[in-house]
Amino acid sequence: MNGVHDMGGMDGFGKVEVEANEPPFHERWEGRVLAMQRALGYAGAWHIDDSRFAQEALPPQVYLAASYYWRWALGMQKNLIERGFVTADEIAAGHALRPAKPLPRKLTADVVPASMTRSSFFRQQQGPARFKPGDRVRTANIHPQTHTRLPRYARDKLGTVERIHGCHAYPDSVATDRGDDPQWLYTVVFDGREIWGADADPTLKISIDAFEPYLEPA
Amino acid sequence: MADHDHDPHHEHGSELSETQLRVRALETILTEKGYVDPAALDAIVEAYETKVGPRNGAAVVARAWTDSAFKQALLKDATAAVATLGHVSPVGDHLVAVENTSGRHNMIVCTLCSCYPWEVLGLPPVWYKSAPYRSRAVKDPRGVLADFGVSLPKETEIRVWDSTAETRFLVLPMRPAGTEGWSEERLADLVTRDSMIGTGLARTPAELAR
Repeated sequence: MNGVHDMGGMDGFGKVEVEANEPPFHERWEGRVLAMQRALGYAGAWHIDDSRFAQEALPPQVYLAASYYWRWALGMQKNLIERGFVTADEIAAGHALRPAKPLPRKLTADVVPASMTRSSFFRQQQGPARFKPGDRVRTANIHPQTHTRLPRYARDKLGTVERIHGCHAYPDSVATDRGDDPQWLYTVVFDGREIWGADADPTLKISIDAFEPYLEPA
Repeated sequence: MADHDHDPHHEHGSELSETQLRVRALETILTEKGYVDPAALDAIVEAYETKVGPRNGAAVVARAWTDSAFKQALLKDATAAVATLGHVSPVGDHLVAVENTSGRHNMIVCTLCSCYPWEVLGLPPVWYKSAPYRSRAVKDPRGVLADFGVSLPKETEIRVWDSTAETRFLVLPMRPAGTEGWSEERLADLVTRDSMIGTGLARTPAELAR
């Protein structure tokens, strides 16, 4: 969706402010939110793309005003309610009021160390890769209302395939509950001027990792 | 949590504790429903506070600086290469290491959310997840570098990698001059988090001595 989360190239947000000696968490609740998100992901409540989409779908003014982990909390609550794991009256009561919806598994402390390694997004290929390194491609001009990982600034642009990363779960499909729909994934590199016009820094090259449906031969 | 307009960072005193109470209530509900185990949540928080951090990435970089066969393997398949190191925990699939050279400087961003190589760098800093960085890194990377006090030769190619998929990127910074013969352990002290994101350079021996 064309949400405010898609920030590449926006102006006006100001300088990057660096905090010296930043702690992992500024408040205790931030760690709890992160841990709950991880535990629910492990349990199979939803996929990481569903978490992303829930945050993207927050009203823009809420998205921009919320701190990072608060945004996670809001997205998590949205998914919990929409997917039937928790009801609004339970949130209001602060306690469980009805039976749980079963989940495939539960994260326990003994498996936390093993769960710290990211799971793989490689999936069985459905056919040969359409592109190879060096191929010129044009990115799609798409504006779905749903989740996509093709940023606005990189749509309808000419680029060059640089790497193939194998066949991956396709976020645009996963986040609409249509399954993994595995797709080849490529690093596509663009000249800065193709993206930002003649005034762009001539030394700038930008790459995205693009799923095959985002690309057409050019 | 029902009031979506609250920003905890703009709250004060009792309102801040209200955020904590809301998160605690959510944890209570999820625990009572059997979805989460508080002991597992404790273990996750502890792991991110004490075990995972940029020391892991620095150890990978220091090895690459001292072992050219490892460096080649790292650039070819970083996940597989890290798995050969005994002193760094294995990482999941899709880690990609990109090398800075005198002609090219790499910088990592996630314009769409906050994708970051947690396993080798720990949790991302607030600035990495912030709108100023996410918006400007792809359009004005030299301006962003200036915010970090970094200035590169004007002919150096700047390559910005937008982490739009589940690939995760680690910058292999250039090895500082004057470090010939240094041990991996000593070299790792030169490798800052920011140098592995591309918003900084590795420290020089003189900077380390300060």
